[in-house]
Amino acid sequence: MAKGFFGGIHPDYHKELASGEPVKVMPLPEQLIVYFSQNLGVPSKPVVEKGDEVKKGQVIAEAGGFVSTPVHSPTSGKIKSIGLHPSPVGTEMEAAVIIPDGEDEWAEGCDKERDISGFTPDEIKNIVNNAGVVGMGGATFPTHVKLSPPEDKPIDILILNGAECEPYLASDHRLMLEKAEEILEGASLFARAINVDNIVVAIEKNKPDAIEKMKNLTAGRDRFRVEALGVIYPQGAEKQLIYAITGRKVPTGGLPMDAGALVQNVGTCFAAFEAARLNRPLIRRVVTVTGSGIKNPSNILARIGTTFRDIVDFCGGMTDDTAKVISGGPMMGIAQYSLDSAVGKGTSGIVLLKADEVAQFENNPCIRCGRCLAVCPMNLDPSAISIFAERMRYDETEEYCVMDCIECGSCAYVCPSKRPLVQHFKRAKAEIRKRSKKTG
Amino acid sequence: MLAAVITLAGLGFLGSLGLAIAARVFAVETDPRTEEIEEALPGANCGACGYPGCSELAKRIAEGKACIDDCPVGGQAVAKEIAGIMGVDFSGGERDVAIVLCAGNNENALKKYHYNGVYDCVSADMFYGGDKACSYGCLGLGTCVGACPFGAIEIMPEGIAKIISDKCTGCGKCVEACPKDIIKLVPASRKLHILCSSHDKGAAAKKKCEVACIGCQKCVKAAPEGAIEMDDFLAVVNYAMEIPENVADECPMGTIKVYDSENSLKQAAGGGS
Ligand code: SF4
Ligand code: SF4
Ligand code: SF4
Ligand code: SF4
Repeated sequence: MAKGFFGGIHPDYHKELASGEPVKVMPLPEQLIVYFSQNLGVPSKPVVEKGDEVKKGQVIAEAGGFVSTPVHSPTSGKIKSIGLHPSPVGTEMEAAVIIPDGEDEWAEGCDKERDISGFTPDEIKNIVNNAGVVGMGGATFPTHVKLSPPEDKPIDILILNGAECEPYLASDHRLMLEKAEEILEGASLFARAINVDNIVVAIEKNKPDAIEKMKNLTAGRDRFRVEALGVIYPQGAEKQLIYAITGRKVPTGGLPMDAGALVQNVGTCFAAFEAARLNRPLIRRVVTVTGSGIKNPSNILARIGTTFRDIVDFCGGMTDDTAKVISGGPMMGIAQYSLDSAVGKGTSGIVLLKADEVAQFENNPCIRCGRCLAVCPMNLDPSAISIFAERMRYDETEEYCVMDCIECGSCAYVCPSKRPLVQHFKRAKAEIRKRSKKTG
Repeated sequence: MLAAVITLAGLGFLGSLGLAIAARVFAVETDPRTEEIEEALPGANCGACGYPGCSELAKRIAEGKACIDDCPVGGQAVAKEIAGIMGVDFSGGERDVAIVLCAGNNENALKKYHYNGVYDCVSADMFYGGDKACSYGCLGLGTCVGACPFGAIEIMPEGIAKIISDKCTGCGKCVEACPKDIIKLVPASRKLHILCSSHDKGAAAKKKCEVACIGCQKCVKAAPEGAIEMDDFLAVVNYAMEIPENVADECPMGTIKVYDSENSLKQAAGGGS
């Protein structure tokens, strides 16, 4: 039976807006903006130039190191320009603007069905790496790295993350309903790569149809087990999920592998399946487009590089008083200032909100109410850390374990003083990383 | 009773003997100049020299491990005094002060979004480089103000940082703190400044800010050769050279400012021409 974890919150979920919408394939837009770096870790290195003709699935940026992945062209066409563009992750990022030629023609060797039963662990890692597969829940950490734990860290459980605890989002939910078999096949590949035969599909109870679907499919397959999790945010955060399923805690500063677990988002499993079975690199993903600010809330299968503007148009346009556009969910997502942002590998959703739904931060002083302490799933003291950060006392934020903060936003959600807590923590973390780089 | 007194007294004596010997054996030679130098230093313990405090710098100078003019706060005067203590010659240059090379404020520079978050430039910069359309400009959230140990920086009501030259010691803390890297240390005697840091091409720069350098090079031509140089669409003052004040009039954008005799920024950080 799944356990709970300390803290957490119960936000308004608004899942009903999009969860009943089957995934629609978004037609090829007139242009695609493909960022050259689409993973956490080492940035990829562009290998194309303005004016180049590219084929669908052709590498346009190579991995820049081990903790890095290649990026592929989502269609065939011509590179119109290369330059900085606003990206969904909150930075201006170098990207290629690709004008599709309409042929949508695959590069040599791509899109060929093959038998996956004989792949060795190393072959699986290579396939996943070469296909540019990253964590598709939003973290975009290169998947092959997660599949390569050091020998002294044995993993005995693979957890498929279908919790989707972020309010509004439904892309994982839809994928589990529509591509369940493919997800399980992808998961089997991961299990083979790390040599485990204990696979848990973890889904929050607010998706009973997905739970049932997965239960039916895994019935009689010993290696699989489906766990229905309590509905609490942030249930889908790796550390909280591992604790809920196994009762093991990931040590401070540690990784899931330190608790003997590997967590993979269900979307990542699907991407791995397509990479291995169909020899298709990761060039498209399911995106939930939802919120009161969009006319037709939908789930769409969009190519990487589709601009938010094209997506919003495809979903009927904005309502009259849309005030905020967020990439990802409202808890951990990033507000966008321009619809010229384009879908990246980690873009699980686009949430559009009306003015009266947008929370404003106020930089008020902390009134020491302690609410943030009660909800922090990492057991931190957000009040103290934010006060230190405000005074630029970053050494103390480190002593108070700001590096353990998973930036879930639960503290900011409950803070009656409307303090921009998570932003304080991001700033403190950046400073601490900078300092540790300096001192070596 | 007596035995106890004698025992205790004896122990006390033994202990003090130990201390006395230790003091001899482990004595540290202190250079008398260390104290004198420390006296001469400003005593702000600001750390701008790179050492934990004034006494540490004093020690290093006495040991010959630091230079006599390593205190940026004390400047020329202190360096001269220390030179005297150390018995060396000192013929230094002149005082440096900080300047914010941006004049795009809330009235004349475009914003690309409404920022609602932590009142700190680094935090804002982490989010699309801040709310200014110009990715080079001052964010006006005063991270430099917090970094300055001498209260020499103010955020103007129109949302831009201004340095009060008279209070500035040239310690450079603000230079390090600014995420936009637009604060520079320049010789205090220089009065003419090009208050822009944008490397955008002219048309793009103009769209984002009314007082941006558009790279027209009129100032470059009007100034003595080499006194103003182009760096990637931005005119940059070469502070090693003297520039006549009337060069400022050449700028069609009003980006070039000449400060008054006190070198205060009263008329700077203002609007267009
Ligand atoms: S954002 Fe960080 S500090 Fe706040 S509740 Fe989440 S883990 Fe705790
Ligand atoms: S919830 Fe907000 S006001 Fe209350 S203790 Fe935490 S930071 Fe302070
Ligand atoms: S000069 Fe730099 S640190 Fe100071 S307010 Fe402007 S952007 Fe911020
Ligand atoms: S304005 Fe800058 S250089 Fe001048 S004293 Fe303050 S921090 Fe130091």
